[in-house]
Amino acid sequence: MDKTWNNKAWFLVLPVLVLVAFSAVIPLMTVVNYSVQDTFGNNVFFWAGTEWFEELLHSDRFWEAMVRNLIFSFIILAIEVPLGIFIALNMPKKGWGVPVCLVLMALPLLIPWNVVGTIWQVFGRNDIGLLGYYVNALGFNYNYVQDPFDAWVTVIIMDVWHWTSLVVLLCYAGLVSIPDAFYQAAKIDGASRWAVFRYIQLPKMQRVLLIAVLLRFMDSFMIYTEPFVVTGGGPGNSTTFLSIDLVKTALGQFDLGPAAAMSLVYFLIILLLSWVFYTVMTNYDAER
Amino acid sequence: MNLDFSWMAWTWPTAAFFGTILLLLCGMAAWEYVSPGGNPRIGVLRFETTRGDRLFLSLLGSAFIHLAWLGLVGPNLWWALALSVVYAIGVFRYV
Repeated sequence: MDKTWNNKAWFLVLPVLVLVAFSAVIPLMTVVNYSVQDTFGNNVFFWAGTEWFEELLHSDRFWEAMVRNLIFSFIILAIEVPLGIFIALNMPKKGWGVPVCLVLMALPLLIPWNVVGTIWQVFGRNDIGLLGYYVNALGFNYNYVQDPFDAWVTVIIMDVWHWTSLVVLLCYAGLVSIPDAFYQAAKIDGASRWAVFRYIQLPKMQRVLLIAVLLRFMDSFMIYTEPFVVTGGGPGNSTTFLSIDLVKTALGQFDLGPAAAMSLVYFLIILLLSWVFYTVMTNYDAER
Repeated sequence: MNLDFSWMAWTWPTAAFFGTILLLLCGMAAWEYVSPGGNPRIGVLRFETTRGDRLFLSLLGSAFIHLAWLGLVGPNLWWALALSVVYAIGVFRYV
C-alpha cells in the first residue's frame, strides 16, 4: 500500500520550533554575539574579537575549575552507579515493601536543589548540625567551611544522597522487566547469585544504566546550586566548579564577554559528551 | 510596535557566521529533497551515520579545531578555518 505524503503536517511542528527559537536559539545567538565583544552596560558594545577566548584558554582558573568538575563527576559516578545497582538488587520485588521503598527512594528527588543545599549546610555545621557535631565528637576534625577536603566530602555525600535514588529507580525498572522464566532457567542450571547478576540482571539493566550514567554525568558536570549553597565555591576555590565560576564571572564581576566565551566552551564540551553518550546508547540498541 | 534587538548586540562577523550555518542547513535540506533518506552508511567510526550526523560532526569538530588553534597557536584563524574545511571534507568522505 502506498503511503500518503502530506507536507502540510510540517506546520504542526511550528509551535515547537518557535519555542526552541525563543528558549535556545536566540539566547545562544546572543551569547555568541557577547563572546566577541565587551560591554559596560546600557547596550553599548565594543568589538573584542577572539580576545576572551584566548584569555579563557590560557586561564589557570578555568582549567582548574574544569579539572575539579571532571574529578567530581568521576567520583560521584564511581559511587552512585554501584551503590544504585546494589540498592536496586536488594529492593523487594513484590508485596507492601515495593511502594514503601519506591516512595522512600523518590523522596530525595522531590526536594528542590537549593533546599538540599540548605539542609546539608546546616547538617554539616559543627556547632548546630547533627552530622558536623557528632563527627567532631567522634574525634575527627571536620569543618567544611575551612578544610577543602571536608568541603569535598560534604558536597560528594550530599550529591550521593540526592541522586543515587535516580540510579536506583532506573535500575529497579530494568530489573522488574526481567521475566521470571530467566530466573527459573538459571535455577535449573544451578547458576550462582553472581552468575545470575552477571549474565541475566546486568545485561538487562545495561540500557537503563547507560541512561543513568548519561544523566548523572551531565547533571554533575553542570552542578551549581547545591555546592554554591553549601560552600559558595570555597574554602578558597576548592569547590568552585565550572558553573559557579561562570556565574561569578557573569554576575559577580559583570564580565559578560569573558562569561559568554566561557559559556560557549562549556556548551561545546557538554555537546561533545552528549553526542558521545547518545551515540554509544543508540548503537548499543542497534546491535541488540 | 517597536521591536528593539539592540540587547542581542549583533555584529557583522557574527551575523555572517550564523548566516553561513543557516545556508548550510538550507543546503542540507535541498540535498535531502533531491536525495531523500539521509544516505546512511557505516564509515571509519564503525557505526551508522547520516549526512546530518556528518554535518554535526564537522561543525563540532571545527569548533574544537578553532579553539585548539586559538589556545596553542594564536589569533590568526584562517589556517584553522582551512584545516576545518579539510576535516569536514574528510568527515563527509570517510565517516
